[in-house]
Amino acid sequence: MAEVLVLVELNPAGDGVRKTTLEALTAARALGEPAAVVVGAPGTAALVQDALAEYGATKVYVAESEEADAFLVAPKAEVLAQLVGSVSPAAVVVPSSPEGKEVAGRLAIKTGSGFLTDVTEIAPDGTATQVAFAGQTIVHSQVTVGTPIYTLRGNSVTPVPAPAPATQEPVQVTLSEQARQTRVVDRVVEQKSSRPELTEASIVVSGGRGVASAENFSIIEALADSLGGAVGASRAAVDSGFYPHSFQVGQTGKTVSPQLYIAVGISGAIQHRAGMQTSKTIVAVNKDPEAPIFELADFGVVGDLNTIVPAAAQQIAARRS
Amino acid sequence: MIGSEAGPARAPRTTTAEVGLTMDIVVLVKQVPDSGGQRALDPQDNTVVRATADNVINEMDEYAIEEALTVKEAHGGQVTILTVGPDTATDAIRKALSMGADRAVHVSDPAIHGACAPQTSAIIAAALSQLEYDLVLCGAESTDGQVSVMPALLSERLGIPHLSGARKLTVEGSTARVERQTDGGYWLLEAQLPAIVSTWDTINEPRYPSFKGIMAAKKKPVETRTLADLGIDPATIGLATATSRVVDFAGSPPKGAGVKVSDEGDGAEKLVGFLAEQKLV
Ligand SMILES: Cc1cc2nc3c(=O)[nH]c(=O)nc-3n(C[C@H](O)[C@H](O)[C@H](O)COP(=O)(O)OP(=O)(O)OC[C@H]3O[C@@H](n4cnc5c(N)ncnc54)[C@H](O)[C@@H]3O)c2cc1C
Ligand SMILES: Nc1ncnc2c1ncn2[C@@H]1O[C@H](COP(=O)(O)O)[C@@H](O)[C@H]1O
Repeated sequence: MAEVLVLVELNPAGDGVRKTTLEALTAARALGEPAAVVVGAPGTAALVQDALAEYGATKVYVAESEEADAFLVAPKAEVLAQLVGSVSPAAVVVPSSPEGKEVAGRLAIKTGSGFLTDVTEIAPDGTATQVAFAGQTIVHSQVTVGTPIYTLRGNSVTPVPAPAPATQEPVQVTLSEQARQTRVVDRVVEQKSSRPELTEASIVVSGGRGVASAENFSIIEALADSLGGAVGASRAAVDSGFYPHSFQVGQTGKTVSPQLYIAVGISGAIQHRAGMQTSKTIVAVNKDPEAPIFELADFGVVGDLNTIVPAAAQQIAARRS
Repeated sequence: MIGSEAGPARAPRTTTAEVGLTMDIVVLVKQVPDSGGQRALDPQDNTVVRATADNVINEMDEYAIEEALTVKEAHGGQVTILTVGPDTATDAIRKALSMGADRAVHVSDPAIHGACAPQTSAIIAAALSQLEYDLVLCGAESTDGQVSVMPALLSERLGIPHLSGARKLTVEGSTARVERQTDGGYWLLEAQLPAIVSTWDTINEPRYPSFKGIMAAKKKPVETRTLADLGIDPATIGLATATSRVVDFAGSPPKGAGVKVSDEGDGAEKLVGFLAEQKLV
């Protein structure tokens, strides 16, 4: 069986794999034998080895160097291109993060291949499923030239363990001038949060303009914490300064696909739906019975969020203790 | 290989910025169907319906235009809008010019219909190669494809650095520095000009075109180019030779109507009851 190269993405803390990597390893099995590719500073592979073995990596290509970590995106694309040349994989699967999409695009040009971004499923014949226009349209697409490259949207495939040897194979890294053009001078963390990462969380509680102030977002946080979920926000809430931009859900923000999405004081504009429509279960709290969010909610409560949400958080916390 | 005319990576040229002159800035602007309106694929050939859609300038590109104008105001220079798209894209170009850009290049050719992203990048790269530029600015993503790859493809084709996902840009001499927005923070990036920078909507607040700007835009030069003008063989571009294709599509299955209850003082109980029923708490 041909190999399928899977680019390994680290979690934000940099001390293990991101869940999207395990999802990509799982999706890759439909096409061949997953071979993980680690590109990073020396010592990176050791951090992820066990997870890669547990989730089906037959091999782990290890491309470690200080330089690979010092430059943006391009080193990863260069290592993958080198491997595409030497092992002729059936396909390449990359997590659909901003970085992953850039890697996929560069790799496509380097190898003269087509690519498909934000796929939610890959069939054994290579046909991929994509969701277009804010979830209104389901599209099936194929790559017709070269080695198919896919970026896999987070939370669309459930990671399934499938223990494999994960035999390490070192890859020599000699970066070209072109891969050394954009230097990462510093990586700055501004907010540390104990909550799960928004795009990976299985529960997301989002607040909109109806929350009415930055201070009042504490009731959204409390509900999220009672459920062990992440906090999100509509664009109107972000633009009004209630919550930081990195938590925005929607067309110009994050795309989330959790088990449970609770929309609080959010009207449900098409651009917001674009980022949460594929959530498994959707719950809405809104005082306007005509709010469009109710059209896609599995369960909706018409009423004032200021009384309902704190009470719900308390009751859930009480159930749990 | 598509659009090989765009050529291999070329050595970065001496930029005008380097010798202390003003900046040549090109902004990539795409026209897209309005995300608030009806958007669809054409069942004939599975391409995005553009002719009858309510078309607008890709929102993120307005931030790129604003940033270009800000850089020009600080360093002096010229802002050129570059658009690849059908004739209707002139509306987007006019809006960009009325915001304050100086001139525009519009690549339009029937052969482009159904082009895939790598093909479009070959066209944009070829058009850029005919222009002077120190800085190329573009949006971080377009709202129709949401591919977020165009600048990476161009960086690869042109051999110039890409500073991606900017929430802040500074240009000093021939060095560009960007704060790349990340979850919970940013990465500080640095590269030499000429470079391509893609922007998020956190970078600035785009200006509205003034009445004066709208009037002035009518007189600004818009040059049109065909694929032949760019030295690209039309047979290498378009639906027939695209690197990927849409096999089929369908509307997503409608969600069965859910339950809607009103809060009679028991809203929280009902909500928690539902979550418990679904085994979510
Ligand atoms: C190109 C483009 C991209 C966009 N991208 C995004 C995006 O990524 N994400 C996004 O979210 N939006 C996006 N938008 C904006 C989008 O169109 C909406 O304007 C936005 O989603 C509205 O946010 P909202 O629902 O919080 O606010 P509103 O639409 O103002 O809704 C507030 C809701 O709160 C309810 N409410 C008020 N008070 C209470 C109360 N006390 N109790 C209960 N309910 C209450 C109201 O009934 C109302 O339904 C985009 C728009 C454009 C044009
Ligand atoms: N056809 C086009 N013409 C001009 N610019 C484009 C075109 N397609 C994409 N771009 C630019 O590339 C950015 C990213 O687009 P995309 O990769 O399609 O998400 C956009 O915000 C535009 O600035």
